[in-house]
Amino acid sequence: MDGVHDLGGMEGFGPVEVEPDEPTFHHDWEGRTFAIAGGALGAGGFNTPMFRHAIERMDPGHYLTSSYYEHWLTGVATLLVEAEMISCDDLDARAGGFPLSRPVSDAAGDVDVATANETARFSVGDPVRVRDVQFAGHTRCPRYIRGRRGVVARVDAAAPIPEVEAHRRERVLDPNYSVRFDAAELWSDASEPNACVHVDLYERYLESV
Amino acid sequence: MSDDHGHNPRPLSDVERRAQALEELLTEKGIVSGEFIDRVVEAFARDIGPMNGAKVVARAWVDPGYRQRLLADGSAAVAELGFGGPEGDHIVAVENTPEVHNVVVCTLCSCYPWPVLGLPPTWYKSPPYRSRMVREPRALLAEMGCEVPEDVEIRVWDSSAEVRYLVLPERPAATDGVGEAELAALVSRDAMIGVARP
Repeated sequence: MDGVHDLGGMEGFGPVEVEPDEPTFHHDWEGRTFAIAGGALGAGGFNTPMFRHAIERMDPGHYLTSSYYEHWLTGVATLLVEAEMISCDDLDARAGGFPLSRPVSDAAGDVDVATANETARFSVGDPVRVRDVQFAGHTRCPRYIRGRRGVVARVDAAAPIPEVEAHRRERVLDPNYSVRFDAAELWSDASEPNACVHVDLYERYLESV
Repeated sequence: MSDDHGHNPRPLSDVERRAQALEELLTEKGIVSGEFIDRVVEAFARDIGPMNGAKVVARAWVDPGYRQRLLADGSAAVAELGFGGPEGDHIVAVENTPEVHNVVVCTLCSCYPWPVLGLPPTWYKSPPYRSRMVREPRALLAEMGCEVPEDVEIRVWDSSAEVRYLVLPERPAATDGVGEAELAALVSRDAMIGVARP
């Protein structure tokens, strides 16, 4: 989904604020939420793509104004409510209101979710272009590279595509690549010289050029 | 809450109330135990952190064979030192050289190599870092105190799929004869993300 989580290249967020000697957890609830998420996701049989997508489905305003561990809290509670392991009413009653993420979209997408492939079609050095992937569910093809040309820099093992893993308890494999994009290809000739971005992509996001 | 020792406890924030509600519901239903929660929190607060990655980097600096194994198969090499677990199955080490500076980001969420670096700092997970590092890395690195000369190529690694990246920084000058443990003490978390040089 072209959600607010897909932040690469967006402008206007201002400086990066660094906290010196930052603790692992700032508050007890953060560490406990981190642990609870791990335990509950395991107990419910939820995988990482399902969890990521539950976070992506948060109200955009809530997503941008809440901390990482609040994302985790909202995402895991959403999955548990959707699976009817706990009820929304119980959460609301105890917490005095508990905002959850929005429902999964069932809009059609243009990523092939049926065909598994384990044999890499591209090799290191091959030029490729990222397809203009449109997928309303969970995808790991960021917006900022769609339609851009790059070069295969590394070929990785086939892995389950997130478009299926996040939505069904099935795995459809696809080869993985690290693709190198020159900064000028991503951000025009006005971009910083002598820089590139490597993005890890599933083969079905790519086409030959 | 049981921390009221005769004074008024601080009222819980909204998010604390929500976290408490979820924990109560899940422990009452037996989905997650309090003991499990305590164990995980303690492991990540004490045992799993950048001190692990620093040992990997120091070993690579003193042992050329290990360095080669680390660059060829990061997960196997960090496992040699006893590190592994969630978010560590596909670790790739990227090496800084006089010509190349590497830096890691996750624009879509906050992917990070937990077994060697622990959990990411807040800035790594923040919209400013995630949005800007792919677009203006040299400017952002300078802002963060890491000046990369114009003639050094910057390679940004957006960890968008299975791989988690660890930057292997350059060994600092004038450290010949310095022992592995002392070298590890020179390796910062930020150098292994690529926003600092050791």
